[in-house]
Amino acid sequence: MIGYYIRLALKSFRRTCGLTLLMGASIALGIAVSVATVSVYHLLAGNPIWWKNDRLYAVTMDNWPPRAMLPSPPPGVDLALGPSQLTYQDAMHLFASAIPERKVVMYKTRGVLSGGTARKLPLRAIARVTSADFFAMFDVPFLYGTGWNAAADRAPKPIIVLSKEENQKLFGGEDSVGRTIRWNDREFRVVGVLDDWLPRPKFYDINNGPVLPPEDAYIPWGWGATLELPTAGDVECLTLGSLKTFRDFLNSECNWIQMWVELPRRSQRERMEALMNAYWSDQHTRSRFTAPMNNHLTNVGDWLAEHQVLGDDEHLLLIFGFAFFAVCVVNVVGLVLAKFLGRAGTSGLRRALGANRGHIIVQHITETAVLALGAALVGLALAEGCMWVLARGIALVNSNGAEAAAHMHFDMWSFLWATSLALVAAVAAGLYPAWRVARLPPASYLKSQ
Amino acid sequence: MLKMQNVSKIYRTDLIETHALRNLSVEVSAGEFVAVSGPSGSGKTTFLNIAGLLEEFEAGTYHLDGEDVSRLSDNHRSRLRNEKIGFIFQSFNLIPDLDVFDNVDVPLRYRRLRAADRRERITNALELVGLASRMKHMPSQLSGGQQQRVAIARAIAGDPAFLLADEPTGNLDSLMARQVMDLLEQINDMGTTIVLVTHDPELARRAHRNVHIVDGQVSDLMIQGPRSTTGGGSGAEGAFEAQPA
Repeated sequence: MIGYYIRLALKSFRRTCGLTLLMGASIALGIAVSVATVSVYHLLAGNPIWWKNDRLYAVTMDNWPPRAMLPSPPPGVDLALGPSQLTYQDAMHLFASAIPERKVVMYKTRGVLSGGTARKLPLRAIARVTSADFFAMFDVPFLYGTGWNAAADRAPKPIIVLSKEENQKLFGGEDSVGRTIRWNDREFRVVGVLDDWLPRPKFYDINNGPVLPPEDAYIPWGWGATLELPTAGDVECLTLGSLKTFRDFLNSECNWIQMWVELPRRSQRERMEALMNAYWSDQHTRSRFTAPMNNHLTNVGDWLAEHQVLGDDEHLLLIFGFAFFAVCVVNVVGLVLAKFLGRAGTSGLRRALGANRGHIIVQHITETAVLALGAALVGLALAEGCMWVLARGIALVNSNGAEAAAHMHFDMWSFLWATSLALVAAVAAGLYPAWRVARLPPASYLKSQ
Repeated sequence: MLKMQNVSKIYRTDLIETHALRNLSVEVSAGEFVAVSGPSGSGKTTFLNIAGLLEEFEAGTYHLDGEDVSRLSDNHRSRLRNEKIGFIFQSFNLIPDLDVFDNVDVPLRYRRLRAADRRERITNALELVGLASRMKHMPSQLSGGQQQRVAIARAIAGDPAFLLADEPTGNLDSLMARQVMDLLEQINDMGTTIVLVTHDPELARRAHRNVHIVDGQVSDLMIQGPRSTTGGGSGAEGAFEAQPA
């Protein structure tokens, strides 16, 4: 019978083309706005490594001056949390600890990749200068090869790991392990190619754009200082000093290094905290740390919450998206009711010819479902447009916006969400009108039909 | 076949009560062709609606084909309507955006018959009314008489035991009216019980029996003589050959 009802629905759409377009547009708009807002929320809301939430910790220490000495922060900025990154010297001290099961220090740099077999021209790229544990610690999947070991960090070996996309651009997607490419003016040997990996939000470097994709390449930590690779990320310098050379920068009070540790056991966490506190006391004695102790080991969930990846704006946006969808559905209920009541005579006739109320309700719900599913497809296209506009907006305020734009689109999850919304719309918009029509006494319409 | 005893029907509004039927008792035997006549507002259509299980009633009993249908669920009533009763209306009541085939198909759809079975029934019904060649025509492409014949085909396609016709010739000219009556008589001859509501005394005389309703009550019962055959042909195909497309 469902096939029959779908055929009746299509005939009904043809007969009331204008009204159908109006209803479809209303549902499509509601779904588009809702899917776009939910997609953004989903992009920002998830803990992309939730299974390690009780093991992974961001390491922060407060090297800022007492807050009373600082100017008032801009609205929305909470100085009480302290810096979200470490200075190079603090990072290196803590990185020397053997307490964590795994540990990572890292930063983002920018350069040029060249020498691939599939591309003649050099390619501007973002690389992460990171220590060896990065891949195992964040469960990064490899398509070809592997990462490197700690020795390659200490006496840096000229090796590099490429993202899947970058390997596609440079080598046409083939196994490039063992091939040589150039990072700026130095040759590096490819030891690994990542598989698809898109942590959303990019929790491990939250202050450099939570919606940005992972980097194009990964270079052993030791090369940062050796090649004096500049940071392309956020740098927090509250106390200014002489920064004439790269060495000055490494020894400065600027915070620009992200550090994460893997501490699966409580005892490890306690020992790590003790180490950080002891280091703070030592530095405090040397008059370096002047603000009260403000050391933190923060798990991923708290890290995302503290940095307000999901702020009130996102929550409001989500509420707005649903409210808009509800308004659209209510609007459609009125149109559907008018349409269904307008052909109550036909429904009365069907009742006289043997349809029970269930038949009438299912027939009408099917009609709204077909309409809503069609509108969902249009809504998805509109949502993609909304996401595109949103990505362009990000591009205006963020230098890496173009990369963000590439990832600001809906996925299968959004498709399922849109389909669910369409079904909700169909039931919500169609149930009451269908019920009303099914309850009408058929006899009263047969004389006037 | 149909047995109503002391059936009463009252329409209520906030201000007034209208007694449409008052202790109406009617019995129609299997295979009969009964005409129901009476002045406007006498309760003919209410009687037909109750007989067709389209309306409920306040008092009395109603047995259809031996089954007490006085207090049935909506589903049960719908199923009985679908399987045992065929309706023919004054204004044809074809669905305008369905073609002839699909219009006749409507009651069969609710009976969950196989597609081949439905197609056979539809074809047979349309052949009987002389419109087998018009299956793909839309109602708007047919004359009034042809539309009523499609409605008759729809009513008989499910092979009901009982046909209820409410002024089936009311919107037709006299020639077409006679042809429709010929067709109803032919269907009745095939064993289907027919109850026909009409204003037209000439049409009423063609029934086996005439039930006259006044003020919601049966005023008299008349047994008719042998059925008139004026205007009739030997068969539907012959009768409708001259009709316009």
